[in-house]
Amino acid sequence: MPGVDDPKTVTAALDMAGLDALIAALAERGYRVIGPMVADDAVVYDEIASSADLPAGVGDEQDGGRYRLRARGDGALFGYTVAPQGWKRLLHPPRQKMFAARRQDGGFAILPPEPAAAPMAFLGVRACELAAIGIQSRVFGDEAAGDPGYRGRLARSFVVAVECAEAGGTCFCASMGTGPQVEAGFDIRLVELAGHDRHVFLADAGSAKGAEMLSGLNAPPAPEADRAEARRRVSAAAGAMGRTMPAATARRLGEHAEHRRWADIGKRCLSCGNCTMVCPTCFCTTVEDVTDLKGEHAERWRTWDSCFSIDFSYIHGGAIRNEVRSRYRQWITHKLSAWHEQFGTSGCVGCGRCITWCPVGIDITEEVQAIHADGKGR
Amino acid sequence: MAARAKPKLAVWKFSSCDGCQLTLLDCEDELLAITEEVRISYFLEATRKAEKGPYDVSLVEGSITTPHDIKAIRDVRKNSKVLVSIGACSTAGGIQALRNFASVKDYSRAVYAHPEYLDTLTTSTAISDHVRVDFELRGCPINKHQLLEVLGAFLNGRKPNIPQYSECVECKRNGIVCRMVAKGTPCLGPATQAGCGTLCPGTDRGCYGCFGPAEGANTAALAARLAHLGKDDGEIGRLFRTFNANAEAFRKESQSHG
Ligand code: SF4
Ligand code: SF4
Ligand code: SF4
Repeated sequence: MPGVDDPKTVTAALDMAGLDALIAALAERGYRVIGPMVADDAVVYDEIASSADLPAGVGDEQDGGRYRLRARGDGALFGYTVAPQGWKRLLHPPRQKMFAARRQDGGFAILPPEPAAAPMAFLGVRACELAAIGIQSRVFGDEAAGDPGYRGRLARSFVVAVECAEAGGTCFCASMGTGPQVEAGFDIRLVELAGHDRHVFLADAGSAKGAEMLSGLNAPPAPEADRAEARRRVSAAAGAMGRTMPAATARRLGEHAEHRRWADIGKRCLSCGNCTMVCPTCFCTTVEDVTDLKGEHAERWRTWDSCFSIDFSYIHGGAIRNEVRSRYRQWITHKLSAWHEQFGTSGCVGCGRCITWCPVGIDITEEVQAIHADGKGR
Repeated sequence: MAARAKPKLAVWKFSSCDGCQLTLLDCEDELLAITEEVRISYFLEATRKAEKGPYDVSLVEGSITTPHDIKAIRDVRKNSKVLVSIGACSTAGGIQALRNFASVKDYSRAVYAHPEYLDTLTTSTAISDHVRVDFELRGCPINKHQLLEVLGAFLNGRKPNIPQYSECVECKRNGIVCRMVAKGTPCLGPATQAGCGTLCPGTDRGCYGCFGPAEGANTAALAARLAHLGKDDGEIGRLFRTFNANAEAFRKESQSHG
């Protein structure tokens, strides 16, 4: 598991060949290496073979309900911000088979589970995304009722974090205290310096696994000037975020359950569920049983669900959240307030995905600001 | 398990293009399994053999557009334990429900040399507007996996897993990058019921609304976004007025444009 130990190692400077050596070494150790690449007008996370697959010189513009790729004018490989969907897809897949069963002797027999998939190496995990992985591993990590699938996948993963040198258009991790500095939860942390004359990746190990991997790459130590430049860029990114979350009001949304803003949101919100699907901490699922036509073979599947679907709040006799406003209120009140009681932190890491990928650009920070600014918010 | 008598399946056609019935024939790999589990008693598209009712499950394709249809669908209902309407025609009136917004007289004069031979209603309506329906399977055409799911559910006495949430949920689960956000393509997905398997967003197009309105669709807010993306009022009205033109949420939205 990344981040359980913190060996003090020197920062290494990987050049492009060094980065490729890292990718190759991960593949050689049996990891499926997942990293950023351009597909379908976006930078998405998918399987990569070498640095040639990475989105060289590609940045993104993000705003409420809008995402566009742009040419950066440099060769940066990690010059985009966060992908449309995070690592959640891989650690907490949209569809998972829980088990399969066959009818047998008047009852049924559970079929043996399929062998576990290859371990994954994640290249390019951002600070907010690490925070989100931390949150989901708490959600799924309960001692009594934990999710062995999630915990197993994470434990077997290798995490290469990349610190952000620029803030994206909808980011607000600085105000959630989750970034842009990468502090824990990684095996290797990279900071990219893509200059005119040189292109290096400053690399630190965050775990024994990471240290062992780094030392195998035999990269030279990074000069102090480079390290200072990396620190400067990351703090510039922290200062360049256009959005903030009013923390105190966010914590106490439950006190504003009858605020008129909810009805206003209810008029604009499509209840499409995109926000919950792209949110890296949203974890809700539904369970479906399917059978073949004969009724001989049955499977139980767990699929992503959303508090924006009406069935989600169906209890005996009907659904309890029939209005859009109550569904939106449920979502952010849980995420920003009740989450603290339940899991000890906010459920929001400030990645901005719900803002960018909302088809109508509803902005979680703006909605909380509106409640906050009303004077009823404190 | 005691061997159960094979339930009798009937497939009926009203005003429609046959695409939904074809979906059943399209279940190539599963067709054999279907015929093992049900007795196909009436399915003119597949076989001339036509057995009398009653039937255990009737799949009904097509909309009600003639006085004769009204009588016929009542007979089907009377003879069917379970009636499942399949496809946009049977669940909403289909594309032919465009007549509901115009004059059938004008249409028939424009199309037929002798419109006086026509005996047709002025509207095209869903099966459920005329008889009780046990389940409505949406789509233009329906999705084969959903059809198998519904058949499997009725044969095994369980609830079909057919979600009523938006197409966006399906997009996200399938890892499709949103066309509307990443490209500005107008898309009806946020107001459309999931189920097609992201056919259009998966091939770089916006959703056309083939599966009809999602539960609680907020068509007004979506229409406002489409306007923001550059669609004029007439275009927005026409987007909502296609295969599911007569589904309530889409009908009302189209009527408030152009
Ligand atoms: S609520 Fe929005 S900004 Fe916060 S973590 Fe989820 S998607 Fe990111
Ligand atoms: S806030 Fe936006 S993304 Fe979320 S359900 Fe509403 S319209 Fe969809
Ligand atoms: S492409 Fe259309 S259906 Fe898919 S997420 Fe975007 S708005 Fe929704």
